[in-house]
Amino acid sequence: MDTVPADGLLSASWLLIALPLAGAAVLLLGGRRTDRWGHLLGTGTVVAAFVLALACTLQLDERQVAVDLFTFIDSGSLDVRAGLLFDPLSAVFVLLITGVGALIHVYSIGYMAHDPRRRRFFAYLNLFVAAMLLLVLGDNYVALYVGWEGVGLASYLLIAFWHERPAAATAAKKAFIMNRVGDVGLALAIFVMFAQLGTVTYEGVFGSVGLLAGGTVTAIGLLLLLGACGKSGQFPLQAWLPDAMEGPTPVSALIHAATMVTAGVYLIARSAPIYDLTETARTVVLAVGAVTLLIGAIAGCAYDDIKKVLAYSTVSQIGYMFLAVGLGPVGYAAAIAHLLAHGFFKAGLFLGAGSVMHAMDDQVDMRRFGGLARKLPVTFVTFGLGYLALIGFPFLSGYWTKDAIIEAALDHGGAWGWVLGGVAVLGAGLTAFYMTRLMLMTFFGRARWAPSAPGRPTPHPHESPSVMTSPMVVLAIGSVAAGFLLVQAFPLDEWLTPVFGEPEEAEHVVAPALVGIVVTAVMALGVLAAWLFVGRREVPAVAPERVSVVTRAARKALYADTINESLFMRPGQWLTRALVWVDNRGVDGAVNGMAAALGGSSSRLGRTQTGFVRTYALGMLGGAVLVAGALLAVTAG
Amino acid sequence: MNSFPFLLLMIVVPAVGAAVVAALPRGRDLLAKQIALGVSLVVLLLAVLATVAFDTDGDRFQLTSSVSWIDDFGVSFALGVDGIALVMLLLVGVLVPVVIGASWDDEPVGNRSMTVFFAWILLLEAMMVGVFAATDVFLFYVFFEAMLVPMYFLIGSFGGPRRQYAAVKFFLYSLVGGLIMLAAVIGLYVVSANQGEGSFAFEVLNAIDIDPDVQKLLFLGFFVAFAIKAPLVPFHTWLPDAGAEAPVGGAVLLVGVLDKVGTFGFLRYCLPLFPDASRDFAPYVLVLAVAGVLYAALLAMGQSDMKRLVSYTSVAHFGFIALGIFAFTTEAGTGAVLYMVNHGIATGLLFLVVGMLIARGGSRRIADYGGVAAQAPVLAGVFLIAGLASLALPGTNSFVSEFLVLVGSFPTRPVFTILATVGIILAALYVLLMYQRTMHGPVRGLMDGQGLTTPGTGEPTAPAGSSGATSATATATATATATATATATETVTSARWMPDLSRREIAVAAPLVALIIALGVYPQPLIDLIEPAVAATVDDVGGDPGGTVPEIGTNGADTSGAETEAGN
Amino acid sequence: MTIAYYLVLAAILFTIGAVGVLVRRNAIVVFMCVELMLNAVNLTLITFARSTGTVDGQIIALFVMVVAAAEVVIGLAIIMSIYRTRRSASVDDANLLKY
Repeated sequence: MDTVPADGLLSASWLLIALPLAGAAVLLLGGRRTDRWGHLLGTGTVVAAFVLALACTLQLDERQVAVDLFTFIDSGSLDVRAGLLFDPLSAVFVLLITGVGALIHVYSIGYMAHDPRRRRFFAYLNLFVAAMLLLVLGDNYVALYVGWEGVGLASYLLIAFWHERPAAATAAKKAFIMNRVGDVGLALAIFVMFAQLGTVTYEGVFGSVGLLAGGTVTAIGLLLLLGACGKSGQFPLQAWLPDAMEGPTPVSALIHAATMVTAGVYLIARSAPIYDLTETARTVVLAVGAVTLLIGAIAGCAYDDIKKVLAYSTVSQIGYMFLAVGLGPVGYAAAIAHLLAHGFFKAGLFLGAGSVMHAMDDQVDMRRFGGLARKLPVTFVTFGLGYLALIGFPFLSGYWTKDAIIEAALDHGGAWGWVLGGVAVLGAGLTAFYMTRLMLMTFFGRARWAPSAPGRPTPHPHESPSVMTSPMVVLAIGSVAAGFLLVQAFPLDEWLTPVFGEPEEAEHVVAPALVGIVVTAVMALGVLAAWLFVGRREVPAVAPERVSVVTRAARKALYADTINESLFMRPGQWLTRALVWVDNRGVDGAVNGMAAALGGSSSRLGRTQTGFVRTYALGMLGGAVLVAGALLAVTAG
Repeated sequence: MNSFPFLLLMIVVPAVGAAVVAALPRGRDLLAKQIALGVSLVVLLLAVLATVAFDTDGDRFQLTSSVSWIDDFGVSFALGVDGIALVMLLLVGVLVPVVIGASWDDEPVGNRSMTVFFAWILLLEAMMVGVFAATDVFLFYVFFEAMLVPMYFLIGSFGGPRRQYAAVKFFLYSLVGGLIMLAAVIGLYVVSANQGEGSFAFEVLNAIDIDPDVQKLLFLGFFVAFAIKAPLVPFHTWLPDAGAEAPVGGAVLLVGVLDKVGTFGFLRYCLPLFPDASRDFAPYVLVLAVAGVLYAALLAMGQSDMKRLVSYTSVAHFGFIALGIFAFTTEAGTGAVLYMVNHGIATGLLFLVVGMLIARGGSRRIADYGGVAAQAPVLAGVFLIAGLASLALPGTNSFVSEFLVLVGSFPTRPVFTILATVGIILAALYVLLMYQRTMHGPVRGLMDGQGLTTPGTGEPTAPAGSSGATSATATATATATATATATATETVTSARWMPDLSRREIAVAAPLVALIIALGVYPQPLIDLIEPAVAATVDDVGGDPGGTVPEIGTNGADTSGAETEAGN
Repeated sequence: MTIAYYLVLAAILFTIGAVGVLVRRNAIVVFMCVELMLNAVNLTLITFARSTGTVDGQIIALFVMVVAAAEVVIGLAIIMSIYRTRRSASVDDANLLKY
C-alpha cells in the first residue's frame, strides 16, 4: 500500500512528539519555579497528545501517511530526513503510549506527591513519552534509533531517580549498558542496510531488500534481533529488566511493562518485510522468544519481591510476543494484540503493586504482606482483574490474545511447532502458578506485616487516594475488555492489514476450541498447584534456605547475573587493570625509559670532560694529526 | 566582502590583545580578564562573519590572502580556508571565550600572575587560527611549532602538582613530531623544486605528482607528527599527563583544539598530498585507530583521576576520527570533521564541568566524591549532558558525527567499523561509571565532611567498586532500599554543603550545552559547510566523492546481484 | 731560492710549541708555546706568499698577529686573575670546568 503525504490534522502529528518534549524542556529549564504546577503541565501535555493521537487515528482511514519535517543528516549518498510515518501500526502504538502514559501520569501525581523532586520525575516521564513516540513514529531506522536510545536515556534517568540508593544507581547503569549492547546490533543493522541498499528509510529498505542475497538479509535480521533483545529484556540480555524495578513504580508500569520494553516487538513487526525473507532469522526469533518465555516464568515462581515477580512476568510475556512475531505473517497481529492487552493488564498490575507498596511503607517483600484484600478493596479488585487477564482466565484479555499465539505456534507445523506450542502452554501454566502465588501471598492469608526498618512503625495499610485508584480502575476495565475487543469485536489483524498484508488462513493442526480448553485446563492446574504450595500453608516470614536445586536456580534467575559477571564483568575488570598497567609501565614506560637512557648516557659521556686543559690539547692535536694524515693519504694515494 | 582580511585579523587581533594584556601591570587582573574576553569575542564575531562570507558552492579555498615572505624559498604568508578549516576556526572562536569565562576566578599557582595566563591564552588563540588558516606548508609548520610555546607555559606555569613533568613531556613529544615533519616539509620543497619552481604553497604541491616511494617517506614524516599530536595509540601517553596537569582552561583548548591539528593535518596534508601512500598505509592507520578506540576506552575505565579519564576518552574519540578520515568516503570524512568540532564542544564541556567539580572538592580523584547529584543538581545535570554527548547519545551533537563516521566507514572497511562500534558500549561504561561514582549514591569521600576514608552511612563503597553488568544485588538490597533512602537523606543533611553552579558557571556552560543540543538536532548547516572540502579531499585520494553506495534500488535485479554478492 | 729551509724551521718551531703546550704546566709557558705555534704558522704563510709572489699569505699573517695580540691581552688578564685568586699558575689546578 502506498504512502501518501499527510493532510489535515495528520500533518500536525509532529506535535505528538513536540508536546511532551516541550513539557520536559519547560520543567527541566524552569527549575523550582515550576514546582507547584509542574506535574499538572506534565500530565496535561500527555493527555493532549492522547487526544491528538485519537483524532489522528480517526482521520487515518487505513492509510499510511508520511510527514516530512526537515533534513537531519545529508552527506554523500546518505540522506536521512526527519520524517514521520503515521500508519495503522504506529497509530496503535501511539494510542497505547499516550493512553497508558496519560493514566500513569495521573497516577504519579498521587504516588509521587510527597517526593521533593516530583517536578523532575514528570519531566523525565515526558521526555520518555516524547522519545517513545519518536521511536514508533519515525519513518526510517535512524529516527527509530534516536528514539530507541532516547527511551534508554529516560529509562536510565528514571531507574536512577532515587539515586541516593546505590542499588538504584547501579541498576540504572546496568540497564543502560545492556541496552547499549543491543543498540550496537541495531546500529550495525543500519550500517549494513546503508552499505547494501544506500537508504535507511522503511520505504526504501523494504522496497529493495528483496534484491539482497539471503545471507545479508539474515545478517540484518539477526542484528535487528540483537537490538530488540536488549530493549525488550529477552534472552540473553534479560538480566537488566528485573533490576530496573529499583525505579519508582509508575516507571516500572509505563516503561518496564507497557511501552518501552515492547519496542523490540515493534522493531521486529515493523521490519516484517525483512523477516519475511529470512527463515533463519525468524527461527532464531522463535527460539529467543521460547527460551525467554520459560526463563521469565521459572524465575517469576521463586522471587518474593512483588515487583520482581511482575518484572519476570513481563520478560516472559514479551517472550510470547517474540514467539508470535517469529512465526511470521500469521503471528504479527497476534503479537501486537497481546502487546496491547499486556500493556493494559501489566500496567494495571504494576500500579496495583505500587498501591500496595504505598500502603505498606514502600516494602516489596511479599512475605511481609498477606490479608490485604480487605484493607485495600479497590486495589484488590483491580489487581485481581489484571491477574485474571494475565493468566488467561476465559474471556478476559489474556485468554484471547495468548490463545491466538499458542494456536499460531501449533500451526507452525512439524515437530518444531509442537515444541513451540508445548513451551507456550507450559508457560501459561507457570504464569498461572506464579501469579496465583503472588495473589495469595499479597492479598490472602494471615497478615504478616512488619516494620520496614528497625524503629519504624508497623504499617497500617490504607487505600490509596482516588487520583491513584482511578487510573487503576480504567486499566482494569481495559484488561477485561481489550482482548475481546481486539480479537473479536474490532479485529486488530484487519486494522493492521495495510502494514502486514492480508492475514492468511492457516491450516489448523489442532482445533482452536481444543486449544482453548487445553490452555484453560493447564492454567487451572497452575492455579491449583499454587494453592497447594502456598495458599494452604503458612507463609514463612523468611524464605526457606533448604530448597531444591531448581528453586535455588530460579531464585538466581537461572544464574543470568552470575554468568554475566563471570563471563564479561570480571574478565573486563581484569583486562582493564592489566591494560592500565601495560599503558603506565609498557607504553609510557618505554617513553620514560628512553628519556632515562638518554639522560644516563649523557652523564656517562660527560665524564670525559675532565677539566684538564692539556688533555683537551692532546685531543685537539690528535684530531689535527688525523685530519692531516687523512689529507695526505687522499692526496698522495 | 571577500577582500576583507578576516583571517589576518583573526591572527593579529588576539596577538595584539596578548601583548596588551601581558604589558598590564600586576594586580590589574580584572582589566586583563575584560580585555581578554573582549578580544576573544571579537575573534568569535570575525569567525562568524567569515562563515557568512564563505560561499559553500564556491572555490575550495576562500578568503585567501598571500604576501611573499621568504622569497628565496618560495615561502609566502598565505592564508585561506576551506570548509574544514572554517569550522575549526568557529570552534576556536567559541571555545576561547568560554575558557576565559571558566578561568575567571582561577587562583594562580605560586607567585604567577593571572594576567600572564590570559595573555598566553590569547597568543595561543592567534597561533591556533594561524595553523588552521595557513595554506602554505612552511607557514603551517611555523604555526604548528609556535603553538607549543603558549601551551607549554600554560601547563608548566599554571598546572597541577606535576606540571613541570607534564609540560616537558608534552613539549618534547610535539617537538620530536615537529622535527620529523620539518624534514618532510623540506623534502616536499625539494620534490617541487625538482619538478619546476620550488614552492610551499598547498595548491601547487597538491597539483604535482610525487614518486610513490618518495610519497611513502614524506607521508610517514607528516603522519608521525600528526599521530603524536592527535594522538593515536601508541603515541598517546603524553595526553593523559598533560590533560590532567593542565589548568582546566588549558586542558579544554589542548584537547578541544590543539589535538585537532593532528587530525586536521591528516585530512589537509596527508591525504591530498600523498594519495598513493595514504592508500597504502590506510590499513595500518586503521589498526591504530581502532586499537585506540578500544584500548583507550578500557584504560579510561581503569582511571581513578577524573581529568586523566577524560583525556583517555579523548584518545578513544580520536580513534573514531582517524577511522573516518582513513575510510576515504565522503560520509565518513564529513563525519570525522564534524566529530572534530563536536568533540571539542562535548569534551570541552566535560573538562569544564569536571574542573568545576574539582574547584569545589579540591581533589581530582573520583573516589573523593559521591552523591553530588543530591546537593548540586544543576552541576550533575550539566555533567550528565556532557557525559551523554561524550558517549554519543542520539540527540546530542556527537551522535551525528559518530554515526556518520561509522555508517560511512562500513561500506569500505566493515571489519574495522564493527570493532569500533563495540567501542560505543565501552563509551557508555566509562561515562556512566564516572557519573555513578561521583554523582550518585550516598554522599561520601571528601564530600561528607568527615574526611577521606569515612564512608557515609549505608554501604556506599560496594556499588562504587562494582562495574559493568553488575547485578543490582537482587532481593536483599531491594528489601533494604527503604532503609537506604532514609539513611541517605540523613547523611545529606549532616554533610558539608556543596554549592551548585554559580551564575558565571552557568553562563559558561550554557552556550556549550545549547550547541550540543542544537547540533544534535539540526547539524545540516555544518555538514553543508564541511562536505565540499571533504569531497574534494576524497577525490584527491581516489575515493568516490559522491558516496560509496550502490544505488541498488534503482538498478534492477540483474546488475545488483553481483554487487550484493560482493557485499557478502 | 729554496723554501724547504723556511718550512723545516717552521715545523720545528711548531713542534716545540705543541710539545710545550702538552707537557708544561705553567700557564705562562703554555701561553708562550701557543704564541710559538702561531708564529710558526705565520712563517709558513709568509714563505708561501714569497714563493708564489702573492700577498694573500702576508695579509693572513697580519690578521694572525692582530688576533694573537688580542689573545695575549685577554689571556694574560685571565692568567693574572687566576693567579691572584689561586696563588698558582698551573693549568692543572684550574680544572673547575668539568662534568
